[in-house]
Amino acid sequence: MKILVPCKRVPDPDQKLRLNADATDIDGSAVTYILNPFDAIAVEEALRIRETAHPEAEIIAVSIAPAEGETDLRTALAMGADRALLIEHEGQIDPWNVARILAAVIHQEKPALILMGKQAVDDDANQVGQFLAAQLGWPQATFVSKIEFTTDGLRIHRETDIGIEIIHVTLPAVVTADLRLNEPRYASLPSILKAKKKPTEHSTPAKLGIKPEPRIRLLGMELIDSQRTCEKVTTATDLLDRLRESEVIE
Amino acid sequence: MNKVLVLLEHDGTTLRPSSGSAIGFARELSDEVTALLLGEDLGAIAAEAAKYAPVLTADHESLSQNVADRWAHVITEVARSQNAELIVATSTTWAKDIVGRSAGLLGGAMASDVTDHEITDGQLRLRRPMFAGAVNATLILEGSPKIITVCPSAYNAPKPADIPFLIETLSVDASTLPSATRFESLDCKKGARPDVTEAHIVVSGGRAFKNAEDFEKYVGGLADQLGAATGSSRALVDAGITPNSLQVGQTGKIVAPELYLALGISGAVQHLAGMKNSRVIAAINQDPDAPIFEFADYGLVGDVYKEVPRLIEELNGS
Ligand SMILES: Cc1cc2nc3c(=O)[nH]c(=O)nc-3n(C[C@H](O)[C@H](O)[C@H](O)COP(=O)(O)OP(=O)(O)OC[C@H]3O[C@@H](n4cnc5c(N)ncnc54)[C@H](O)[C@@H]3O)c2cc1C
Repeated sequence: MKILVPCKRVPDPDQKLRLNADATDIDGSAVTYILNPFDAIAVEEALRIRETAHPEAEIIAVSIAPAEGETDLRTALAMGADRALLIEHEGQIDPWNVARILAAVIHQEKPALILMGKQAVDDDANQVGQFLAAQLGWPQATFVSKIEFTTDGLRIHRETDIGIEIIHVTLPAVVTADLRLNEPRYASLPSILKAKKKPTEHSTPAKLGIKPEPRIRLLGMELIDSQRTCEKVTTATDLLDRLRESEVIE
Repeated sequence: MNKVLVLLEHDGTTLRPSSGSAIGFARELSDEVTALLLGEDLGAIAAEAAKYAPVLTADHESLSQNVADRWAHVITEVARSQNAELIVATSTTWAKDIVGRSAGLLGGAMASDVTDHEITDGQLRLRRPMFAGAVNATLILEGSPKIITVCPSAYNAPKPADIPFLIETLSVDASTLPSATRFESLDCKKGARPDVTEAHIVVSGGRAFKNAEDFEKYVGGLADQLGAATGSSRALVDAGITPNSLQVGQTGKIVAPELYLALGISGAVQHLAGMKNSRVIAAINQDPDAPIFEFADYGLVGDVYKEVPRLIEELNGS
């Protein structure tokens, strides 16, 4: 069984972002990148499947990023993925085109399972998994907190706004990971060194026969800072008084 | 913008109140708004929806559960046959799942969690948060149809009409529907309190609360005094103290109530993303340097285990 795990590099959320000169994107020169936390969860789940239900599984990490993005694919390799594929692309790319590129990779690799993060914490779109499943005509299971293998597919727990939903999907399928699916492991030093020897293939959208057709045109960005100044009160009574003055409680 | 199709979410009995936001947004853009309902035995729900817009229903036993591949298939067919130029829903996990898949069948011109819009030079410009709300982006969608989910707190439902709109039932050909997904169960913990996205006041608790009993006693107790919903940080959801339906934040629910009361929550960017647009924010935290205070209008430095009972007591006595 082949498991494909799309991996996105995203700016580390624990840093202050700056915008580029024309405010159309963040200033990438000043940014450190990490593997999208939800994608790390997807990698971890693939590893656990290989450790339990499917020891024969081959795990392929795929990223669409500039050439430097190889670093973040190395994270997936160091965690334990077997090989990596970097589709080199400079600049912004929207969920529709990411899904098209991934679909082209999937047509070549023919995995039985796509495990990916439910959203990337940069654009927060929460779209690629659904778009990809739609393009492939495969079933999807989004926001997943538990996966069990059955004789004919996967039994899945999904985290919805109103509670945990259980569904069953046949394979092949697209599964998107939520936070509580697992806690990703840290790569050990030996595995980081070993990952350096694992194969990373490079390709481009053009080589896959994809010419990006933008669906989202970003006109501008604005940094949001707090507009509030906090008035410190010293007692619970004072707090209630202030809230009454603001007419938010009676 | 001409034809707009609004997808309404329901629980099999009634409309989800947040669905009204999508209708409100659609109305600001067009006079040709039609609502679409999928499911089984939709009579009563359709009548409720018909107070806001003409309604199309795809009412069939094969649609009794909202399974993404089936529902997206039907939505896509209706969108095409109606020549919808814009498809709108309120951003919930339901919409992210099902409307997201429909968008993937309809060309992928989709914007999620839209908080504001304007029409400039005939172009629909949309605003949405990125980077856990640290950035507000303005964008336009290229291609048609455009698919938009709106943040429930950003748009209000229109007033219901006195005379209901028409309801039209569409035929459903069950033999063409995908069958690779099977619904098994939904463990719906519907408490007595309002949903965190639908309340005027939200009382939210963080890691300060040690267990579910304490959360219920302090956060729940204060919420009940205020007629509020309860919310929580991810820390408590991860610890199994609160259900995930309470999680506020970048990857939970985005709320903007009149009052957000943060109790023992540090104010991580991912949490702020879900609540910083609330009208008034108040925080209680024992750490005077907790980042939550930078995003609060009122702050009380103190122990929630001491201060919350005082609040409950005062409210109880008043
Ligand atoms: C990909 C990703 C997505 C995430 N999404 C979300 C999300 O959607 N929502 C979310 O909330 N988090 C999210 N997080 C987690 C987030 O980063 C924080 O870890 C989390 O919000 C912290 O929760 P907390 O404030 O309750 O806990 P802590 O950060 O531990 O803060 C506890 C606070 O309580 C105070 N305190 C402790 N005891 C008391 C007491 N007795 N009285 C008063 N104050 C007290 C402390 O001073 C502290 O400020 C996400 C993280 C990642 C990596």
